[in-house]
Amino acid sequence: MTEIRDFLKTYDGPSVRLMEVCGTHTAAISKNGIVRMLSPSIRLISGPGCPVCVTVTAYIDRLVKLCLQPDTVVLTFGDLMRVPGSAMSLNDAKAEGGRVRMVYSPLDALRFAEEHTGTTCVFAAVGFETTAAVYASLLEEADRSGIRNFRLLTSLKVMPPVIDWVCANQGGIDGFIAPGHVSVITGSKIYQPLAEKYSIPFVVSGFEGEQLLETIYALVKLRGKPRVMNLYPSVVREEGNEEAQRAMSRCFEPCDAAWRGMGIIPASGLRLHGDFARFDAGSDGLLEDHSFNTNCRCAEVLTGAVSPTECPLFGRVCTPQTPQGACMVSQEGSCYNYYISGRGSK
Amino acid sequence: MKITMAHGSGGKSTSDLIGTIFEKEFGDPVLSKMEDSAVLPGAGRIALTTDSFVVTPVFFPGGDIGRLCVCGTVNDLLMSGAVPKYLTCGFILEEGAETDDLRKIARSMSETAKEAGVRIVAGDTKVVEGSGGVYINTAGVGFVPDGIDIGAENCREGDAILISGNLGDHHAAVMSRRMGIENTIVSDCAPLVEMVNAMKQSGVHIHAMRDVTRGGLGTVLNEFASSSGCTIELEEESLPVSEQVRGFCGVLGLDPLYMGNEGKMVAAVAAEDAERAVACIRASRYGENAAVIGHVATGERILLLKTPIGGTRVVGPLYGEGLPRIC
Repeated sequence: MTEIRDFLKTYDGPSVRLMEVCGTHTAAISKNGIVRMLSPSIRLISGPGCPVCVTVTAYIDRLVKLCLQPDTVVLTFGDLMRVPGSAMSLNDAKAEGGRVRMVYSPLDALRFAEEHTGTTCVFAAVGFETTAAVYASLLEEADRSGIRNFRLLTSLKVMPPVIDWVCANQGGIDGFIAPGHVSVITGSKIYQPLAEKYSIPFVVSGFEGEQLLETIYALVKLRGKPRVMNLYPSVVREEGNEEAQRAMSRCFEPCDAAWRGMGIIPASGLRLHGDFARFDAGSDGLLEDHSFNTNCRCAEVLTGAVSPTECPLFGRVCTPQTPQGACMVSQEGSCYNYYISGRGSK
Repeated sequence: MKITMAHGSGGKSTSDLIGTIFEKEFGDPVLSKMEDSAVLPGAGRIALTTDSFVVTPVFFPGGDIGRLCVCGTVNDLLMSGAVPKYLTCGFILEEGAETDDLRKIARSMSETAKEAGVRIVAGDTKVVEGSGGVYINTAGVGFVPDGIDIGAENCREGDAILISGNLGDHHAAVMSRRMGIENTIVSDCAPLVEMVNAMKQSGVHIHAMRDVTRGGLGTVLNEFASSSGCTIELEEESLPVSEQVRGFCGVLGLDPLYMGNEGKMVAAVAAEDAERAVACIRASRYGENAAVIGHVATGERILLLKTPIGGTRVVGPLYGEGLPRIC
C-alpha cells in the first residue's frame, strides 16, 4: 500500500481524468480525504451516479402534488425532501399541510402502508439497479400479501446508457471507478462493451479508502486499455446476482428516462410493467426539467464537464443550507461533498 | 390514569397532579412552598441556561426524558465553568399522557438531580390537546468561581483536544428504538459533574469545553475553530466509537462525527495538562474511554481530519439531518 500511495502522490506521467460514477464513491472519496493524496496529474471527477441529483423537476412536482391530495401520503428518503421543485420542495409542501413521511428503508414504507390501509401510500422510488432490485422484492412481497394501498412513483435508472452518454458527449475521460453496489446486481460484465467502444478501463471498487486507492492506481496503470477489472470480488461477480436480475425483469421493463441536465437518454430507465403496473402512481411522462436558478450548472457538474467549484453559485448562493440544485442537497451529491470536505480547494 | 385538559386548568386537578407527582418526587422545601418564585441564596457570577426536551420515545435504552432534561441543563452549566445549583422545570403534557409514566419521569429527574448535586426548585405544568406526548423545559442556575474563564474563543495553538468517551451512543440508541432495530446500544445520557470537578481540582487549564449533543463533535469543533480563529486537527483513528455504533453508522450511512450524545464533552486544554486531564476523566464515572483526539494549530478557521489511509479532509458543521445511503 505504501508503494501505491507513493506512486499516486508522485505520478508525473500523462494527465489522467478518472470519473467516479457512484454517489457513494463520491462520498467515500471525500470522507477519506483522497483528493489531497493524489498528484495534480490525476484528477477525479464526479459523474451522474447520485439518484437524487439526476432527478428532474417534474418528478419532484408530481410528489408535491401527490402529498397535497386527500388520503395520500408520500414516503421518501430524507434527501429528496429538500430538492427544489418548480414551485416548492417536499419540505415546503409539508409545511403547507402536505403529508410527507421520511423513511430509512423501502421496507419501512411497506410496513407503513400495511398499518394505514385507508391511505394511499406513495413511495418515492428513486435509484439505480441496486435499489431497483430492492423495490422488486418489495413489490413481490406487497403482491403476495395483497397490500392494495401501496404505490411507487418511479424514477429508476440504469448505469450503462448514461456512462455511454457521458463518454459520447463529454469525452476526455481516461477511466471509470465503476459503481460497487450496482455491480453486485448487474455483475462486472456490463462494462465490457463500453470499455471496448471507448478503449478505456473500468475498475469495480469497494468503498474503503484503501480499496479506492488501489482502484485509482489500477486505472492509471490501465490507461488506454479496454479492460474491466473487479477489485471488489468479495461481493461482485462477473455475472452479478441473477436471482435479483430475474425479479427486476418481472417487475420492470426498460424505458427512456429524463436525467437532470442531460435530457432524455434512450433505454436508461426502468418502469413498472405487466401485473406490477398496478402499483404505479403515475410515473410516465415526468420528463420536464428546469433549473431553479438559471446560473445553476448542475448539468455540467453531473457529467463531469466542470467541477462543482467552477459553478458560479457554488459556496456563494448555493450551500447545503440554501441548495439551488439537487447536487448540493444529497449527501451523495458531488457539490455537497465538495463543499463539506473542501474537495477541489487543494 | 390519563392526563386530561382538566389537569392543566390551574384548579384542583392541577394542584393534585403537582402534589402527588412533582412535589412528592422532587421533595425540595423551596419548591414545596408553592410560591410564585423560588427565593434562594447565591453570590458571584451567575451562569443561566435553558433547554427544551422533545425526544421520542420518552423512554429509551439507557435513559428517559427525565434524566435527559436534567443532564442537558446541568452539563450546559458545567461547560461554562459553573457549579450547577438550581433547576426549574416546565412540563407541557398532551392529553392522554399516563400519570404512571409521568411519575417515572419525575422520579428519574429527582435521582439524576441528586447525582448531579442540583435542586429542582420551581416548576410549571400545562396541558395541551394531542396524543399523550410529554415535553419538558428545564432552566438552570449555577455559579462561576473567580478565575474561571472557559469559552469557545479561548482555544490556543498547541492545545490538546480531548473527548470524554465514545461518540454517538445516545443518537444510535434513540434511532434504534425509533426504527425498531434490535441491538444492545444504550444512551450515554449522564451528568458530567464528577469529571469536570476532577479536572478543575487537579489544576487542569481548561480553555474551552462543550458537551457534544445535537450536531455532534464535528459541529462543536467547527465552533471552536471559528470562535478562536484557528485550525483544529483531529486524528480519525483516535476517535473513540464503540463497535456496535460503528456498525450501526455503517449500515445507515451515518457519520459518528455528527452523531449526538448526551453525556460526552470535548475540551481544549493546555498541552502540558493533556495527560493529566485524560487521567482525571478516565478515573471518573462515565469517562473510561476518554482520549486525546487532536490539537489546535494555526491556520484557517477550519476543522481538519487526518484519515487512516493518510488523507486529510475538511470537516464542516452538520448540514441537514444524518441520512441513510440509498444506492
